[in-house]
Amino acid sequence: MLTDFGFILLYFIIGFVFVGIGILTAAVLRPSHPNPIKNSTYECGEEPMGGAWIKFNIRFYVLALIFLLFDVEVVFLLPWAVVYKQLGWFAFIEMIVFVVILLAGLAYVWAKGDLSWERPRPYIPSLRDLVVPKKD
Amino acid sequence: METNIFIQLLGNNWIAYTAIAVLPLGFLLLYALVAILAELKVSAWMQDRLGPMRTGPWGILQPLAEVVKLLQKEDITPDLANKVLYNLAPYMMFTGAYAAVAVIPFSQQFVPSNINLGLFYIFAVSAIATIGVVMGGWASNNKYSLLGAMRSVAQIISYEIPAAMAILATAVLASSLNLNEINTVQDGGIFNWFIFGGPGPWFKVFVLPFTFGLCLIYMIASLAETNRTPFDIPEGESELVAGYHTEYGGMKFAMFFLGEYVNMFIVSAIMATIFFGGWQSPFGSSIMSGPVWGLFWFLAKVGTVVFFQIWLRWTLPRLRVDQLMDLGWKYLLPMSFICFFAIALWKMLI
Repeated sequence: MLTDFGFILLYFIIGFVFVGIGILTAAVLRPSHPNPIKNSTYECGEEPMGGAWIKFNIRFYVLALIFLLFDVEVVFLLPWAVVYKQLGWFAFIEMIVFVVILLAGLAYVWAKGDLSWERPRPYIPSLRDLVVPKKD
Repeated sequence: METNIFIQLLGNNWIAYTAIAVLPLGFLLLYALVAILAELKVSAWMQDRLGPMRTGPWGILQPLAEVVKLLQKEDITPDLANKVLYNLAPYMMFTGAYAAVAVIPFSQQFVPSNINLGLFYIFAVSAIATIGVVMGGWASNNKYSLLGAMRSVAQIISYEIPAAMAILATAVLASSLNLNEINTVQDGGIFNWFIFGGPGPWFKVFVLPFTFGLCLIYMIASLAETNRTPFDIPEGESELVAGYHTEYGGMKFAMFFLGEYVNMFIVSAIMATIFFGGWQSPFGSSIMSGPVWGLFWFLAKVGTVVFFQIWLRWTLPRLRVDQLMDLGWKYLLPMSFICFFAIALWKMLI
């Protein structure tokens, strides 16, 4: 007898095997004539300039941190959502306190400006600068 | 009631197990062909064109022609790419997407794996496809791919929390994480579906704005999680060529493509299951209900949601990246928390 989680394992295996069969079939049918130009990195026809493995925008990192906190919180909410009615008002209030603390964190990040993708500090010229060009 | 008709029909043996695991795959391949054709045709009709007309009558063989084309394409692995991760990424993408199908209740009599952690499982497994995206994008060693992958992940994690809150609200209403049980609770006609607050006395009208709101939030978040317009900057053709799968061609590209269509099916199936009653008939459990009708209603609901996604793609323009992050973190996230706790409070009071 296969248990319910056994079926899930079966689904993983079938999915993996299907991709393998697909790629193998294509490997039999398709031509293969590699050459250095064909195998170079695609950059819209230009010769590629440098690699892509570079340091990346810090904003993604901050977002990932906030996401991690909220995701852990969702993991705590999942079992709570099923049983909180049996546990009564104490469990309900407790969870509200927990979430409010997290939302306070969100408010802090929001106020700090880490949620806005761009923080533009534009130079807005005054009318005088435009009409009378500065002389220096 | 037994939830696996194949075990009843074929006995408890490996033939039944194989049928249970392979039949949804065949169905999904068929669905992907139909969805590709639908996308071509719906877009054409919305723009007052004809769409593909030359392959077969009214162009209905177009998806098959594309599969044949992709099978014959030369497969290129760039010299500078990380070969192992590059070749493993399509496996991750499709396996992750297909594994999530295991818990979806297609009908009363056909739930491949009736585990009591269904919602949690889907929530966890849908993250595997994200890993596939990052692997493919990073391993290609291509600037477009890397940018596309990073944007895609940033977008998926920003919209995962609102989507999770919407899913959790139905767990609160049904007091269960088992998808089949969530469906069973929504018995008794269209007004007992969770989009209308589930079964309850007349004063459930007070909870209606919140369930409607969460349904809308889940719809928006699911569009973002499947990288579809208006949230398709990870694949924005005009700036990033093709996003994270720029370097992929042939069958590996086809697997990414298939994985995306399967993901579309999964989010639509979750939406149909948790908000629109899944296999429940809209006329109550006495009219037009039963295992076969259940399958029909489920597929009809999923088809409607998929059509809605295609429709939106050809109606709305693309969002800018800062607007997208604002919408996710500053609007949907607080709103989903408010709706969730309003529903939890209501459930506590009745």
